[in-house]
Amino acid sequence: MKILVSVKRVIDANVKVRVKADRTGVETANVKMSMNPFDEIAVEEAIRLAEDGKAAEIVVVSAGPEKCSETIRTALAMGADRGIHVTCEDALEPLAVAKILKAIVDRETPDIVIAGKQAIDDDCNQTGQMLAGLLGWPQGTFVSKLEIGDGEVQVTREVDGGLETLALELPCVVTTDLRLNEPRYASLPNIMRAKKKPIDIVTPEELGVDIAPRLTTLKIEEPPKREAGVKLETAAELIDKLANEAGVI
Amino acid sequence: MTDEQESLILDSIDRFIARDVKPVAHDLEAADAYPIEIVEKMKEIGLFGATVAPEYGGLGLGAVTYARIVERVSAAWMSVAGIFNAHLIMAAVVERFGTEEQKQRYLPRFASGELRGAVALTEPDCGTDLQAITTRAVRDGNDYVINGAKMWITNSIYGHIIAVLVKTDPGTDPPHKGMSLLLVEKGDGISVSKLDKLGYRGIDTGSMVFEDCRVPADNLIGGEEGRGLQQILAGMELGRINVAARGVGIAQACLDESLAYAQVRKTFGKPICEHQAIQIKLADMATGVEAARLLVEKAARVYDSGQRADMEAGMAKLFASEVALKNSLEAMRIHGAYGYSTEYNLERYYRDAPLLAIGEGTNELQRIIIARELIKRNPV
Repeated sequence: MKILVSVKRVIDANVKVRVKADRTGVETANVKMSMNPFDEIAVEEAIRLAEDGKAAEIVVVSAGPEKCSETIRTALAMGADRGIHVTCEDALEPLAVAKILKAIVDRETPDIVIAGKQAIDDDCNQTGQMLAGLLGWPQGTFVSKLEIGDGEVQVTREVDGGLETLALELPCVVTTDLRLNEPRYASLPNIMRAKKKPIDIVTPEELGVDIAPRLTTLKIEEPPKREAGVKLETAAELIDKLANEAGVI
Repeated sequence: MTDEQESLILDSIDRFIARDVKPVAHDLEAADAYPIEIVEKMKEIGLFGATVAPEYGGLGLGAVTYARIVERVSAAWMSVAGIFNAHLIMAAVVERFGTEEQKQRYLPRFASGELRGAVALTEPDCGTDLQAITTRAVRDGNDYVINGAKMWITNSIYGHIIAVLVKTDPGTDPPHKGMSLLLVEKGDGISVSKLDKLGYRGIDTGSMVFEDCRVPADNLIGGEEGRGLQQILAGMELGRINVAARGVGIAQACLDESLAYAQVRKTFGKPICEHQAIQIKLADMATGVEAARLLVEKAARVYDSGQRADMEAGMAKLFASEVALKNSLEAMRIHGAYGYSTEYNLERYYRDAPLLAIGEGTNELQRIIIARELIKRNPV
C-alpha cells in the first residue's frame, strides 16, 4: 500500500503571532516555522502503518515557498520515503491546495491520503474534504483511530455525540485529529540519513493546476485586548450588574 | 552539514528537551537521582555519537553545532549535558589519538551509547595542575596495573569505561613525558563512591580508587607511553568549548525566566520591567549572553578548522562562565524570594553556575593560558 501525506509549513505553535503593520497578514519574517502539528500526526500515522508492515511507501507532499523543503525533510527524517515539493511563492487557498493534491494523487495513485484535519495558521479545515470531493473518494475526517482492513479502512471519529466508526473503501482520504497518536521527533542519525532521500520539485503550472485565489483578504486584525475586570464587594452588587449592565438576568 | 540539517537537528533537540527533560528535571535534581530514562532517550536520538565521525557510527557534528546543542540542553538541565559532554571528550581523544584498532573496537560502541564513559584526570590533591598526579600504572606482561585515586569523575558510577590519566614513568623531567592515558573498562580493582555536591546534581560524580586494577596494554591510547597529557589537553579544548556553551545555556535560561517574570510581577503599581533598576539588569544580562555566545561560536569555528583553539576556547570558557554566574545572581535579585525558593528552577541555576568557573581548568588558569598564548602569538 502506498500512502500520500500532505504537510504544511506554518508558524510554530509556540510563537506569539503578530499582525503586520499594514494589516495584510501576520509577521513571518524571523519567525520560527514548523510542520503543522496535525500534519505531524498524519506523518506519524503513516510511519506506524509502514512499521506494522501495512504500507510499502510513504510519499510526503508540500506546496509553498522554497523553505517548505525543510518541512518535507523533517517528515523524511521522521521516516517517510520520499518527498514532492510543489513550489509556489503565493499564498494558497484550500481549494488550490486540494487541486494540487489531486494532481499529485493522479500521478502517484496512492491507496490512501492522510492529511491534518486543519492547519493551525488559518484553521480552514477544508483541504481534505475538498480533495475527497475532487477525487470522488470516500473521506474520514477528524480521525482518532485508524485500522487497515481488507480493501477498506476503519476510522473512529470524535463527534459531538461520542465516537463514530466508519468503514471507508480504499482509496480514500483521511484527516487526523489530535488524539490519533503522539508524533515522534526525528533522531539525529535519521536526520543525517534523510539528506539522501529524494525530493521532486514541480510547479503548479507543470501540474496544470489553476491556483488563482478566489478570495480577497480585506484586512487582518489583532483580537481585541481583554480588558481588566472589576472586583465587587457584595452579592447584591453582582446581581445589580448582571441585571442592569449585562442584562442577562 | 547544511543549514537545513542543523536546523532539523536543533529542532529535534528542542523537542527532546521539552518532552523528556523539562518535565522531570526539577524532581530528579532535587532527589539527586540519575536520569536513567533521559539517558535511554539520548541513546535513541543519537546524542552519544554527536561528534564521533560517521565512519565510526557517529554523526560527525562540528563543534559549532555541538555547542548549540549543549547550550540548549544546559538551559534545561546542565547535568544532562554533562552526561554526554564527558563521554564525547573521551571519544574525541580516542578518535584523535587512538590506534586504528582502538578506534574500530570502541568508537562504534561509544557512538551508540552502549559504552558510555568519561575521562578521569583530577585527584584528591591535584586538578588544574595535572602534571602533579600520582596515580601510577606499571607494565606487567601484557597488562598495566593501576594504583591510585581519582576524584570528581563524571559518569563514574553509571559509565562503563573511563580514560584514566596515569603516570607510566614517575621519574621523567618534565613530568608530562611520563604520563599516559589508559582506557579502563570498569571491573575488578576499581571502587567508586558517589560524591555529594552543591549543584550539578543527578549526574554521578564519584571518587574512584584503583587497587591493582589490571588493564590490557592494548588499551594505552595511541599505543605509546608518555603522550597522555598532550592527548588530554587537546581533548580539553572541546571540553572548554562545551563548558562555555553550558555557561551560555544557563545565562540564557536566567535571562528568559527574568524577562518573563519582570513583565508579570508588579511593584508600586506597575510591572517591574518598567523600573529602570530592572531594565538595566535585563540589558546587562542579555548583552552578556549574546557576547558569550559569539565567543563560543568563534572558539568552535577555530576548533572545527583544525587549528589550536586553546586561547579562543579559554576566552569563551572564562567569559561565558562568568556571565552564567552573574546572570544567575541577577536573576535571583529580579525574582526576589521566588528565586530563592527550591520550588523554582532559578536556585538550581545559581547552584550549577559556579561549577563552570571551577571545572575544566579554573578561570584563573584560563587567564594564564590566554596570556601565554597572547605573548606566544605576538612576539616582539
